[in-house]
Amino acid sequence: MPANTCNRRMTVTIRYRLEHPIAVLLSKSMTAIGGAAILNFCTRRAAHLNFLKLEPPMTLSRMPEPDRTVLDRSEAIIGELVALLGADGIISREEGRRAFEADALTAYRQPPLAVALPRTTEDVSKLLKYCRQAGVKVVPRGAGTSLCGGATPTADSIVIGTSRMNSVLETDFVNRTITVQTGITNLAITDAVSAEGFFYAPDPSSQLACTLGGNLAMNSGGAHCLKYGVTTNNVLGLKMVLMDGEIVEINGPYLDSGGYDFMALVIGSEGQFGIITEATLKIIPRMPFARPVMLGFSSCEAAGQCVAAIIGSGIIPVAIEYMDKPAIAVAEAFAKAGYPLDVEALLIVEVEGFEDEIDRLLRAITDIARNFDPQVVEASTSTEHSDRIWKGRKAAFGAMGRISDYYCMDGTIPLARLPEVLSRIGEICAEKRLKVANVFHAGDGNLHPLILFNANDPDEAIRAEQAGAEILKLCVAVGGCLTGEHGVGIEKRDLMDIQFSPSDLAVQMRIKSIFDPHWLLNPGKVFPLPAQELGEQSAADEAA
Amino acid sequence: MSDLQRPGADWELQFVIAGCAEKRMPVEIVGSGSKRGIGRPVDGAVTITTASLRGISLYEPNELVMSARAGTPLSQVESELATRGQMLPFEPIDLGPATGAAHGSQTIGGVFATNMSGARRIQCGAARDHLIGVKGVNGRAELFQLGGRVMKNVTGYDVTRGLAGSWGTLAVMTEVTFKVIPWPETAATVIYLGLPDDLAIELLSTALTLPVEVSGAIHLQAPVAARLGHPGLRIMGKSVTALRLENFSSAVAGRKQHLKEMLKVYGKALELDHRESLEFWGELRRLSVMPNRPSLLWRISTKPTTAPKLVAAIKRYMPVEVYYDWGGALIWLEVPAADDASTAEIRRVTAIHGGHATLIRAEPAVRAAVEVFQPLDPGLERLTRGLKAAFDPAGILNPGRMYANL
Ligand SMILES: Cc1cc2nc3c(=O)[nH]c(=O)nc-3n(C[C@H](O)[C@H](O)[C@H](O)COP(=O)(O)OP(=O)(O)OC[C@H]3O[C@@H](n4cnc5c(N)ncnc54)[C@H](O)[C@@H]3O)c2cc1C
Ligand SMILES: Cc1cc2nc3c(=O)[nH]c(=O)nc-3n(C[C@H](O)[C@H](O)[C@H](O)COP(=O)(O)OP(=O)(O)OC[C@H]3O[C@@H](n4cnc5c(N)ncnc54)[C@H](O)[C@@H]3O)c2cc1C
Repeated sequence: MPANTCNRRMTVTIRYRLEHPIAVLLSKSMTAIGGAAILNFCTRRAAHLNFLKLEPPMTLSRMPEPDRTVLDRSEAIIGELVALLGADGIISREEGRRAFEADALTAYRQPPLAVALPRTTEDVSKLLKYCRQAGVKVVPRGAGTSLCGGATPTADSIVIGTSRMNSVLETDFVNRTITVQTGITNLAITDAVSAEGFFYAPDPSSQLACTLGGNLAMNSGGAHCLKYGVTTNNVLGLKMVLMDGEIVEINGPYLDSGGYDFMALVIGSEGQFGIITEATLKIIPRMPFARPVMLGFSSCEAAGQCVAAIIGSGIIPVAIEYMDKPAIAVAEAFAKAGYPLDVEALLIVEVEGFEDEIDRLLRAITDIARNFDPQVVEASTSTEHSDRIWKGRKAAFGAMGRISDYYCMDGTIPLARLPEVLSRIGEICAEKRLKVANVFHAGDGNLHPLILFNANDPDEAIRAEQAGAEILKLCVAVGGCLTGEHGVGIEKRDLMDIQFSPSDLAVQMRIKSIFDPHWLLNPGKVFPLPAQELGEQSAADEAA
Repeated sequence: MSDLQRPGADWELQFVIAGCAEKRMPVEIVGSGSKRGIGRPVDGAVTITTASLRGISLYEPNELVMSARAGTPLSQVESELATRGQMLPFEPIDLGPATGAAHGSQTIGGVFATNMSGARRIQCGAARDHLIGVKGVNGRAELFQLGGRVMKNVTGYDVTRGLAGSWGTLAVMTEVTFKVIPWPETAATVIYLGLPDDLAIELLSTALTLPVEVSGAIHLQAPVAARLGHPGLRIMGKSVTALRLENFSSAVAGRKQHLKEMLKVYGKALELDHRESLEFWGELRRLSVMPNRPSLLWRISTKPTTAPKLVAAIKRYMPVEVYYDWGGALIWLEVPAADDASTAEIRRVTAIHGGHATLIRAEPAVRAAVEVFQPLDPGLERLTRGLKAAFDPAGILNPGRMYANL
């Protein structure tokens, strides 16, 4: 694993069960930190970008210059933080801060000035109030699984980590809600309610590690979102702390909010509006059964048309996953899922309900599929069969990582453009002399092309990044968007003006200024840097 | 009568708003004006109607997405969707009949600007959940376009959804893009008669915790049920508690059995078939059980389990007639007319039990005198003022519609 070994700082590398889609890097220094263990998830792609860091190519985004006046006051600032939270709540030693220097986009590494680990909303309020007065920037952090650099610190910032705020505050099965602190992991929310037959619907593949706070900040999606929606569709109320320390409650355990929809604005604000400390979420009764059917086609056009026909027919499956030939080969070699190796495209379509309903739905879906000349139709007949079919898909990313470094994209496109976009992606990568594999959520057009490359070859790494940017531009050109679920962060920030006009960006930046007039929260993300400087300036002008 | 402007293109709208902003002239924004009676009355020197911004610009049934110009009548949107067996998931309610406006006249822009969702909200989400893209002009006369036409999109802040429910006070939407869903093959309704409020809400909550995907869960007190169109239900003189199931036929049949089995302690169930169900839920959607009268109409959002207690508390002060929707999470409350709209009592009780209350129907003089929307805590008020100023610094768009001085 050349990409990882070149990372001097990661003392131990543990492969987290190989079938898991990602390699988890658990740094020893983190276990020294009290409270919950902090897992630092990291993809092969991230590992590769790590390597790039040694010789940053021109395409990597620049971060803002740290504020000298803050760096010069470091010791005094740390002293104040310790006075607020106690020595046990502040990490200021070098090796401790290093644990927070990056998220899963490890190309960007910068230890923060200090790390604070509050336990309550009031702690967060005290911290933010102080930072606002002292003019110190703040980077909120959950588990650090962001793939876009959303939780990357700057040298002059304090990281506020939510790892000690992971309690379930209230479960209310009659009203079908759960209230939690936002440092809880996504999976722990479902775990807290599953004995009563409920689940929390948004389920990002990183759900074992990622926190609700990160999900809220990124408006994360998951495999179930075709039917159940993304994070913003499953939240009822929030408690958050604004940069001046004020605690605001937005809505509550109610379905409608009283005035402007601030919840819509805050969810997906990438940690730039405030620190969300508590949330009330919808929980949903789980359907008794779920089963997939596997459909293999001789062309990606046929598979794409089949997806459209299924949705057009009035059936909304829980999930429709797509894999192309290179992805199938790798997943099958690894997971022995029984995938056909001679098809160009494979769909896994899952439906849920009572047993007899599932039989009928799977029959209807296979009938539709027959219009597109499928080479393989295999409906699951048992739980073991279902597990086997899913095993390959779930292992696809991890399996791909075993044979090559890859760069994972996240654009969304209108489904009708799928065949054309897939062939264009093939061409773009071929022009850059790179291979590509496609594994993605077909139901909602959220693509995850994996551009394969050798991280030991700097030229190839740069070509991979260039191909990635071209693919995202293509997604926007056909009517889609830059990011479907991973967020903008640092990674896509400089592509924002492809999708948005200056007034579109101004409308967004003014909202940022309402919540955080001095632009102290999560600096250097989401907007191109020149636009950010402009936004900050005009906020100051309007305030004056 | 104020000056009526009817822009037919985005640039025309920009031009009109730029002129008004410069002269600081207040503008009232209307779709068809069907919800004009709701909210605080707006005194605009200029009225802008979106009526000429009309037409469906994109419809991809296989992607479950549609874009329409904001002034497109809802009826046109829905009939176009029906040609492909699809519908708006959130079943927008029509306040027309309850507020004395014509029924069926609202525009699609007005639907999203007011975020008014009907019974299916408990299963499918609200209007705001389905709004994925918007084009509009703010009070600075800037044309902006946010979100898009794809369902999964986290590029930039979610301002699109943030405009839902802003009642035309932040921007004039010129085009909206939204998710749609297929019509279910069939619908059925299971009805229980004569339950008191607390038992009825308990029944609805039980049903909503079962994995049968109940898509409508309402309770009508007896006087309200007496206004139903269904002759059998109207004449019973009893309260009506109803659950809707929608799916393909055999699934509805199976789930209905399961549901009835689990709810048998609540008594014998009546059933409405597909056609009767469409009529029943259609009536509720038009709010025709709460016809236009001099009485006040309040809309209260709360927790289902507290809803009957909240209603009982208000009943200590005044006679009430109630339609509970969303399994009890939404209360349509009719109380006698009063100069102060009984605001003090209703807000106090709502504060004790938790929730938000909005005054929907009252004389214009009353609506101008009281707080129609839920009063804001200081923190949220500051954010609200900030948001208004960010979009409309001169305060020309629907001034005072939601809050006095805003
Ligand atoms: C292997 C892998 C698979 C993934 N799969 C998916 C997927 O299927 N779907 C998907 O959507 N994403 C996926 N992701 C991306 C990532 O897991 C999500 O973005 C996740 O929501 C981040 O959560 P986190 O706790 O790790 O947040 P972090 O990475 O710590 O932070 C993410 C952002 O949230 C902000 N933030 C964190 N907590 C708070 C808070 N309390 N208040 C305010 N802001 C806060 C941070 O400042 C940062 O901007 C995947 C990532 C990996 C590594
Ligand atoms: C709290 C409240 C109380 C009401 N009480 C009464 C009442 O007592 N009696 C009565 O007759 N009616 C009442 N109404 C209803 C209301 O006045 C109109 O009858 C109804 O809104 C018309 O629907 P429409 O589609 O024609 O949209 P309009 O009524 O024209 O518009 C509804 C709202 O959406 C905004 N809007 C419409 N289109 C756009 C757009 N494209 N972009 C941005 N904003 C837009 C409008 O400015 C308005 O605030 C009330 C409405 C509210 C919100």
